[in-house]
Amino acid sequence: MAGDALLQVEDLRTYFHTRGGVVRAVDGVSFDIRKGETLGIVGESGSGKSVACYSLLRLIPQPPGRFESGRAMFDGTDLLHCSDEELRKIRGNRLSMIFQDPMTSLNPYMRIGEQLIEPLLLHRDVSRDDAWQQGVAALRDVGIQDGEKRMRSYPHEFSGGMRQRVMIAMALITRPELLIADEPTTALDVTVQAQILELIRKMQCELGSAVIFITHDIGIVSSFCDRVLVMYAGRIIETAPTAQLFYEPKHPYNQALQRAIPALNAKGRDLYTIPGAPPDVSKPMRGCPFAPRCEYAQEKCVTSKIELWDVAPNHRSACLRVKLGEIDLTPAERPDTSAVEDPVRA
Amino acid sequence: MFRFIAGRLLQMIPVLLIIATLTFFMIRLAPGGPFDAEKSVSPEIRKSLEKYYRMVNPDGSPRSLWLQLGDYLGNLAKGDLGPSSKYSSRTVNELIGESFPVSAELALWSLLIALGFGLPAGITASLRPNTASDYIPSSLAMAGISVPNFVIGPLLVLVFALKLEWVRVSGWDDWIDRILPSITLGVLYAAYIARLTRGGMLEILSQDFIRTARAKGASQLRVVMKHALRGGLVPVVSYLGPAVAGLVTGSFVVESIFQVPGLGRYFVNAAFNRDYTMVLGAVLFYAALIVLFNLLVDLVLVWMDPKQKFA
Ligand SMILES: Nc1ncnc2c1ncn2[C@@H]1O[C@H](COP(=O)(O)OP(=O)(O)OP(=O)(O)O)[C@@H](O)[C@H]1O
Ligand SMILES: [Mg+2]
Repeated sequence: MAGDALLQVEDLRTYFHTRGGVVRAVDGVSFDIRKGETLGIVGESGSGKSVACYSLLRLIPQPPGRFESGRAMFDGTDLLHCSDEELRKIRGNRLSMIFQDPMTSLNPYMRIGEQLIEPLLLHRDVSRDDAWQQGVAALRDVGIQDGEKRMRSYPHEFSGGMRQRVMIAMALITRPELLIADEPTTALDVTVQAQILELIRKMQCELGSAVIFITHDIGIVSSFCDRVLVMYAGRIIETAPTAQLFYEPKHPYNQALQRAIPALNAKGRDLYTIPGAPPDVSKPMRGCPFAPRCEYAQEKCVTSKIELWDVAPNHRSACLRVKLGEIDLTPAERPDTSAVEDPVRA
Repeated sequence: MFRFIAGRLLQMIPVLLIIATLTFFMIRLAPGGPFDAEKSVSPEIRKSLEKYYRMVNPDGSPRSLWLQLGDYLGNLAKGDLGPSSKYSSRTVNELIGESFPVSAELALWSLLIALGFGLPAGITASLRPNTASDYIPSSLAMAGISVPNFVIGPLLVLVFALKLEWVRVSGWDDWIDRILPSITLGVLYAAYIARLTRGGMLEILSQDFIRTARAKGASQLRVVMKHALRGGLVPVVSYLGPAVAGLVTGSFVVESIFQVPGLGRYFVNAAFNRDYTMVLGAVLFYAALIVLFNLLVDLVLVWMDPKQKFA
């Protein structure tokens, strides 16, 4: 697996040294992604999904942020430790990012067109006119007609959904080898969402691009992602191919998540909510971060060292008791995830 | 936009009228008059002078202040600020026309110095907050704000004119004479501009769209110049209105220290001599200048912010 990995992240730790203490936003995350693969990252709000991905391009404000450890090998370059110059040549060129908040992520002082074609002007040997034409085409691809005129508008003249589409067009315009999309479709209606996903899919087919998809939308995960990482309190607690992750959860947290998804549950049954709240990542933690909320937790879950163990082929889990074979989490009924459309906040 | 400018210019008229009226009564309420200092003035000459300035009626009886104000405003409408009460052969228009270009030049050099040092210092400080490259310019700025210019001026003279003898102590002939007065006047504004730039840039650089620019592979220089500067300079530009007013009107201390023949010196002398028309003329001139400059600043601010429209 490591051989053809496009990006290989090892033991990434991003801490924020704030006045209130050290926030361990990402605490020892390792994963890799192959060419052409689509990797989903799911997890509750605050579990460190965005910070983990922004760390890969060193987009964390430092201070207060600091990379305490880790490597992120992208085609032979360690993104966390290479020179600014090297990193700049990768950013927006071979590795693009779509940000979570389209309302604040576009520059209010610059015309849409200027911002949209900036990656081309920075990384490609194109004339301004050429780049401009490509910009118009890119807008058309994300469903914004009237591109010539729209290129000259300012962000405040666009709706939230249109801004998000501009962000997407901007990230795709250099046809990157790796696209990191942080909840890219939250402000879009279902038809536009499908159109965008289709666009990303097409780029993947043509260029073999890899995509990291952060989302709360289980529907998107199940229909779009090959593999899923589940994050909890700054760590990965389970990773598996998508179907396997849903049908055969190997971590109590994942199992609880499945039960909390309305559409996966039979009508009329009370919706399950996970008791308790995610841990405060500014406090040091021992053992399994989910243990305080876990119905299967035992003394050893807190005292033992927790790792991400192989528990089945292609399936890794950070549950000690699953690893020891003491519990089996496979649900009795097989939920039909393909029918799920509701965006679900975990 | 045309309507916006026209509206603002029309607003200027009542503003100037109120300022003219208030200043007129205030200067007349002050004890003494324009002809008191000159001991040589005989009662006859004094009488004729007062007639010339229409402070008394042709028959020698005192003329009411309201009528005198009416005279003044009537002339003002024609753009005539009247004859100087101190130098009877000169008009206030002439005196301002002669001395203001000197003050304007001094103010311009000072502004250039203030921007030339303040902007780079503020930007540098904002790029690495709370490190040496922030503390050094920031504490220099603090010093610039704390030390008054009547201390800086003589200090500069002491070092560069008297000790090193690089420049002359005072005067306004060569370009070299411009250096010390411009620095003395500009320091305070450089310091304020540095602080405002730092604050504005820090605010903008922490915005999400700066992260977007970095994610696209923009260099630090490009991030600052193309993405951050326009928004980051808004506080500085807003400050330029009051700053220019201060530079133009506040120059009298510096003009006195360095013997610069500018409007500030005329103005202060006029106040001491109860040169009624000169004081009034200078106040109105300053007021008009400040209003016009603030209008200019507002236009620039609207131009800088795409979200704003002329209302
Ligand atoms: N600049 C910062 N300073 C201090 N703490 C931060 C900073 N940025 C993020 N954090 C903390 O890092 C943790 C992870 O945040 P992150 O944005 O990665 O969550 P997320 O999983 O993306 O959540 P969401 O689904 O809401 O986007 C949070 O506890 C957050 O408070
Ligand atoms: Mg996030």
